[in-house]
Amino acid sequence: MSMADIFKPYLMKIEQVSDETPDVKTMRLVFSDEREGKNFSFRTGQFGEYSVFGEGECTFCIASPPTRQGYIECTFRKAGRVTSALSGLEPGEIIGFRGPYGNIFPISDWEGKNLLFIAGGIALPPMRSVIWNVLDLRERYGNITIVYGARTVADLVYKRELAEWAGRSDVKLISTVDPGGETPDWKGEIGFVPTVLDRAAPAIASRDTVAVVCGPPVMIKFTFPVLTKLGFKPENIFTTLENRMKCGVGKCGRCNVGKYFVCKDGPVFTFAQLKDMPQEY
Amino acid sequence: METEKKLIGRGELEKLFSHWRSKGKRILAPKKIGAKIDFAAVTTLEEVCLGQVQTVQSAKTAVFPRVEELFSFKNKDGRVEIWERDQGALLETVIFGLRPCDAAAFAVLKAIFNWDSQDPLFSARMEKVAVIGVSCPRADEYCFCTLAGGGPGGTTGSDILLTEIAPGEYLAEIISEKGRVLAGEAAGLKPCPASVSKEAHLAKVEPAFALERVAPALARLFDDNAFWVEQSLRCLGCGACAYVCPACACFDIQDEGGGSGQRLRCWDSCGFGLFTLHTSGHNPRPVQSQRWRQRLMHKFSYMPERQQVLGCVGCGRCSRACPVDMNILEHLRSVAEAKP
Repeated sequence: MSMADIFKPYLMKIEQVSDETPDVKTMRLVFSDEREGKNFSFRTGQFGEYSVFGEGECTFCIASPPTRQGYIECTFRKAGRVTSALSGLEPGEIIGFRGPYGNIFPISDWEGKNLLFIAGGIALPPMRSVIWNVLDLRERYGNITIVYGARTVADLVYKRELAEWAGRSDVKLISTVDPGGETPDWKGEIGFVPTVLDRAAPAIASRDTVAVVCGPPVMIKFTFPVLTKLGFKPENIFTTLENRMKCGVGKCGRCNVGKYFVCKDGPVFTFAQLKDMPQEY
Repeated sequence: METEKKLIGRGELEKLFSHWRSKGKRILAPKKIGAKIDFAAVTTLEEVCLGQVQTVQSAKTAVFPRVEELFSFKNKDGRVEIWERDQGALLETVIFGLRPCDAAAFAVLKAIFNWDSQDPLFSARMEKVAVIGVSCPRADEYCFCTLAGGGPGGTTGSDILLTEIAPGEYLAEIISEKGRVLAGEAAGLKPCPASVSKEAHLAKVEPAFALERVAPALARLFDDNAFWVEQSLRCLGCGACAYVCPACACFDIQDEGGGSGQRLRCWDSCGFGLFTLHTSGHNPRPVQSQRWRQRLMHKFSYMPERQQVLGCVGCGRCSRACPVDMNILEHLRSVAEAKP
């Protein structure tokens, strides 16, 4: 008897490619096999292994929300062998996808609460999935605030969606670029994410609020004290870790942070959990 | 099943080899290859070497090859086809003459590959493997099976365990259903008199200290940077320890062959800097001391807690293979004896 091969990817057709920045793209993928697509489901926060056949696999989150069915999206920066090959592909071409893997953002536990999303640079994609997920179920949540920053205006991803969020009366969007990264017509804030968060603090409630923080380690390091000052408890601050992975299913041995597998126990962790884990991320 | 005891001579074993070959089975056994003794395909008992303490490599290649194809594919003109491995084509294999520590290592590999979900290729190979171990009449200064929960006559992982009780005469302990089937194929198995005991024919391996002290000490020492720098000062990061280890199973996945190629699974090691390196250049374990710490933590702390099994069988291969003489037993002892 042979078992289903856990390493065999789904074949996905690239339906649409959007340029986010000069080196960041978003791809919308649909299942080549319609029946596989119908049986597929995932929850926000999960990730997958994407492959260009002949180049290899790489790991990204699923950047679209499970509330938008019939496709998944990924956003990636052209950086290594696989992402370089991937960014050269056109709509209509076929890539591989394994997943969904890992745990989830517990958004049903967050119902009735206010939500504060804080992201930096290329770390918006995992948060974009959960942001659209809660916006698609808008009536279940309280105030929604998004603080998003990048080094320069050119480095901001999802510009069309940022404009959409900025235009919604039920979302408060604070976008910022690092000092020197602004353009003459930039209308957002100027300053590092933690500073801008501190400045906006009076408008952000911490009672009954869950925070989600994704960004480079230095951003997270300086954001945490601001959130603590605002009264956030570590168990109400969530993040998603991105260690190097190969298998995605708890076997290949490299994504561990101490005894935890990022691919099985994560990628979503609370700051309360991170406090008890070694700094191996 | 309850272990059955029989006696078997070299002549009957030789006949068994012919029988297995006639059934199309592959026999892997320790064999002299140049200056080394390693597991390789053999056809007769004559080719098998049993005088050594250990082979250089372990027998894990039988279930976890150094490089194996996960599937092959063709990526051409906007179409992709995938061909899965034919698990039915994997060879029925008898691994003969491996030491009890190596046999015990299959349980460690099972824990790694199947703890959370079944790894299909590994499991298919395990199903087709039968293990005939041979007890150790002697050990060397690197052996520490008894510390790791095994012993020179340990039966864990063997389907049949042989112990040489007189020249060319073996006590056969038939341990599993697979072993019973294998033994059933042998003519001339004699009943074993109650007076026969294997203990007198086994090497003496005394546990150097109590293993129970290691895991709590590791947890305490995790953030003691100076301790790990001292422990790993000599380490070259060559990965030899992982490559000879019967219980190491970390792997990489790579594509080869361009558009018409294969997705391969290859051995990897936590001792390599590339193992955890992110594409951005960030590395969660950037220095060798952290990678050495990971090796010990994984085997002696994380695995016992997460998979309820020790990630080491005490075969001593890593110490024998290390080009700079790092002896894992000495390192574990210094962990166990470190002052809080």
